[in-house]
Amino acid sequence: VVGFGTGTYRSLGGGRGPSFGFRFSCYAALSVVLMFYDQKGGFLETARYGLQAAVYPLQLAVNSPSAAWSWIKESFATREKLQAEVELLRAQLRDQQTASLRAAALASENATLRGLNAAYPEVIEKRLIGEVISEEVSSLRQRLIVNRGGNNGVTRFTPVITGEGVLGQVFRTGPFSSEVILITDEEHALPVQVLRTGVRTIARGTGRSTVLELPFVAQNADVKEGDLLVTSGLGQVFPYGLPVAKITKITRDPGEPLLGIRAVPLAKIDSNREVMFIWPRPSHHAAPASPEALAVEAPKSAATPAAAPAAPAAPPAAAPAAQRVPAPAAAPPGARP
Amino acid sequence: MNLARGEPRWAVTYTLLLALIAQVIPLPDVLDLVRPAFLVLSVIYWSIYAPRAGGIFAAWAAGLALDVFKGAVLGQNALAVALIAYIAITLHQRLRNQTLFQQSLFVFLTLSLYELVVWGIQGWTQNSNPSAWRFMQPPVGAMCWAFVAWLLGRTHVRH
Repeated sequence: VVGFGTGTYRSLGGGRGPSFGFRFSCYAALSVVLMFYDQKGGFLETARYGLQAAVYPLQLAVNSPSAAWSWIKESFATREKLQAEVELLRAQLRDQQTASLRAAALASENATLRGLNAAYPEVIEKRLIGEVISEEVSSLRQRLIVNRGGNNGVTRFTPVITGEGVLGQVFRTGPFSSEVILITDEEHALPVQVLRTGVRTIARGTGRSTVLELPFVAQNADVKEGDLLVTSGLGQVFPYGLPVAKITKITRDPGEPLLGIRAVPLAKIDSNREVMFIWPRPSHHAAPASPEALAVEAPKSAATPAAAPAAPAAPPAAAPAAQRVPAPAAAPPGARP
Repeated sequence: MNLARGEPRWAVTYTLLLALIAQVIPLPDVLDLVRPAFLVLSVIYWSIYAPRAGGIFAAWAAGLALDVFKGAVLGQNALAVALIAYIAITLHQRLRNQTLFQQSLFVFLTLSLYELVVWGIQGWTQNSNPSAWRFMQPPVGAMCWAFVAWLLGRTHVRH
């Protein structure tokens, strides 16, 4: 075995510039500094932002074969196939319209029940459609690159949904693109609630696109197979009530303190590969609980629980009067149906 | 120094770019696990056959691009790839005289080292994943070495 030290590379350097060993040490030191600041400091966010922009054309190039393939498929689709698709979409639209026919009436009914003067506006204040550039769905990482970034107002923690339910959240942005971590990523955990009973828990990704697990539900909790999970509004990212997953399997092992629960996520990336970024209305009762609201709520509800909904001590300043919801009522999970 | 003039800088640049694309192009899960690390293989090839054209800088830059692409901690692949390049450049005269089979043994060892370094850094930055699939890379890379060497050999005239 040759030692890496002498002779071999000196002949190579030929007296021009520093030796390879020295150069390697410099690059190694530079790498370590980069890693350190990227990991601990957060100073490199701007550098990364720029680098994301630099690799964006390459990302588009990487995606071009599959984009070309889907373009070809679409271009050569037969008339019958397109007609069938239009038929299907019409049927879906009809169903959706029927389902939302009574939405206005229900909203005002809800307002009456809550003792409000006017109905709440839609919790989603703004939305933005993005197209998936590339998909990384392996057992280690479940990420998407979407063609909307900082220039479109997308920031870290922006929720991403599809028509079916919650897809994930923005993990990192570049100027023209953003990286979305899916709820099925091993490193993602999402606060959810069983819609039927209000049991709150955490849904954790497993690295498989079709499986979420709920590892922290007690044996005596009221859950059934087929229950719908919605976001609970905790965790400061997602508003309350977005559909997430359906429970598929519950394993009751009497020897264990917790249930083994699996659920299948509702959101799918369909053939047109479109996702939606959403921005919740900050003052809305279903908006993600802000840290301030959570901090205010704790001592208050302990002192005067009955007075809290009626006389808000510190209403959010920016909210218009008609839509104003007392901050304490927005935060505690108990205030929700 | 005639050697330096004859080294194919353009070939190094565009093949590394293509290798980067080949390494990050989305594939189904199963194929993804057995996809050879094209970028690292290319870096090894050029370190052996054109040590001055790209050198450690090209390897480091390619690794950094891989970091940005994969959303990894910046510098993690850059360090590992630069290390591989350094070892290969240091041993390039000896490696040139070896058969493809002997070279693929070297590739196996360096790829193992590469995975260990990346694994170690991931552990240090708490991004580690416990999957053992990453150690598929060295054997797969060693098996693909002959093909990669043949392919890259067509882009330039060997000295």
